[in-house]
Amino acid sequence: MSVTSTSRRRIETGAVLLTALTAICALLWFFPIYWAIITSLRFDQDTVTDFALFPKSPTLSAYIFTIENSNLLRWYFNSTVTSVTITIITVAMAACTGYAISQLSFPGRKLLWWTILASFMVPVSALIVNHFIIIAQIKLLNSYAGIILPMLLHPVTVIVYKQFFDGLPREFREAAVMDGATEFQLLFRIFLPMNWGVTTALAIITFIGAWNSFLWPFLAAQDETMMTVTVGITAVQDAYGVAYGRVLSGAVLAGLPVALAYLLFQRRVTQAITLSAGIKG
Amino acid sequence: MVAYILVAPFILIYGWMFIYPTIQMVQMSFTKSPLIGAGEWVGLKNYIRMFKDPTFYKSVVNTSYFVLLTVVPGTLVALGIALMVRRLNGWVQSVVLAAFFLPYVLPISVVYVIWDWLTNKQFGMLQGLIIPFTGESVNIWRTVPWFMPGVAVITIWWTNGFSILLFLAGLRNIPQELYEAAALDGATRRQMLTRITLPLLWPITVLCLTIQLILQMKIFDQVYLFAMGGRTQATMVMVQYIYEQAFQKNAGGYAATLAVALFVVVVVFSILQFQILRMRGQR
Repeated sequence: MSVTSTSRRRIETGAVLLTALTAICALLWFFPIYWAIITSLRFDQDTVTDFALFPKSPTLSAYIFTIENSNLLRWYFNSTVTSVTITIITVAMAACTGYAISQLSFPGRKLLWWTILASFMVPVSALIVNHFIIIAQIKLLNSYAGIILPMLLHPVTVIVYKQFFDGLPREFREAAVMDGATEFQLLFRIFLPMNWGVTTALAIITFIGAWNSFLWPFLAAQDETMMTVTVGITAVQDAYGVAYGRVLSGAVLAGLPVALAYLLFQRRVTQAITLSAGIKG
Repeated sequence: MVAYILVAPFILIYGWMFIYPTIQMVQMSFTKSPLIGAGEWVGLKNYIRMFKDPTFYKSVVNTSYFVLLTVVPGTLVALGIALMVRRLNGWVQSVVLAAFFLPYVLPISVVYVIWDWLTNKQFGMLQGLIIPFTGESVNIWRTVPWFMPGVAVITIWWTNGFSILLFLAGLRNIPQELYEAAALDGATRRQMLTRITLPLLWPITVLCLTIQLILQMKIFDQVYLFAMGGRTQATMVMVQYIYEQAFQKNAGGYAATLAVALFVVVVVFSILQFQILRMRGQR
């Protein structure tokens, strides 16, 4: 009896220690983000002298400086326009294509499906040179359309939709077709509303991906007024000299929308990631 | 008929932004052309040049080194974190998971600014961890031996959330009865971990490793940003070399050749991944 109670106590102490270790690891993991936020809240002259974990007198002066002295608001607008457009087009296109491949039979269906699976393997970063040439030829460099077009390649969303539609019972379709519904009504009135969760999840992850993309917007928008915020904050860094608070305030603002999107829709982001990796979450 | 209307936008975009550039890339790799404009046909000359090009080999070696530093270590760290997070419940689990996952949703340029500040030679907090070992503060991004390991640590910090989520999904899919049965047989916690959890997580581990492998071979952003303003030759990676040849040296033809090389390498590894996944599916 006494043996079991000591061993149980040992397990409980172990469990508490393990939980404490987990908490410490989580804090350390989060520290870089915390430190960036804290530094951005200090007065400029304090960033290289004050290393306290909390600023004595927090200030938004770095933020005000960045907003007034850079194109940050303009970049924000550019990022919003391009990311939202990419999200809408990508998800709508993927839903239509996934639906057609899953529910309809037409010549070329198999070929299309294999092309999509194949394109999944292709590194888009190998195509940057030719994307640049194509976009330059149609004079779309430094334009929203030029930033958006090459970023509409998201084969994985089509794959997720196809698999989702495959999993729905056939009877729905047959009954609705008997009632004289068109394919568009079927897709938008019946199939998609059956589970908006999948669409929401895919939209959020597509938005985060579009907002975060670096290499293509970096190449497509060299003109400072057309940059996205993720590219812009690195382009002007040298202009601020050693004013780390200012650089960091731009970074905090650039990361804010995606961080919020994740924190508000944590479950959906998890779902989207496990779906796109092909695991049932 | 309706089917074609539904797939038309997709086919248009894919033809225009995927198939056409791929064909153009291959065709361009046989020419000596600037970035914009036609060039003369030179046959295999670019490929011969590539196989004799020390910078190309350097970029392959650096990319492989980076893959080595990130893929297996990153997956192990993710597994460890997933096992720790798994034990927690309710809101505590959500908060802890959010702390580990948040870096994954940040743009690379934000990650770069955050870590550039943390590692700053004069004022960076992390120099406090470095000085005890070296005796002095180190300019990590201008010191070649420090550069790749530094980028690797940051990359693991940044991309690990993805693998953590996959491992957590895998842990949830292990039937609870297995642990109950093992407990009845008097198995210890360590035995449960090594005999049940880890073997059943193996398929997910393989999945994480292959996804990471293919992702990290395409490394560019971090290396470019941290090397910005300094000499890039010593830390050149494959995508960066394509970028340099195309956009700084205006050598479109040779850049296309390098892109074909990257293309082939990634596709070969992707086919391997696909085969592994298919084998898993059949079992």
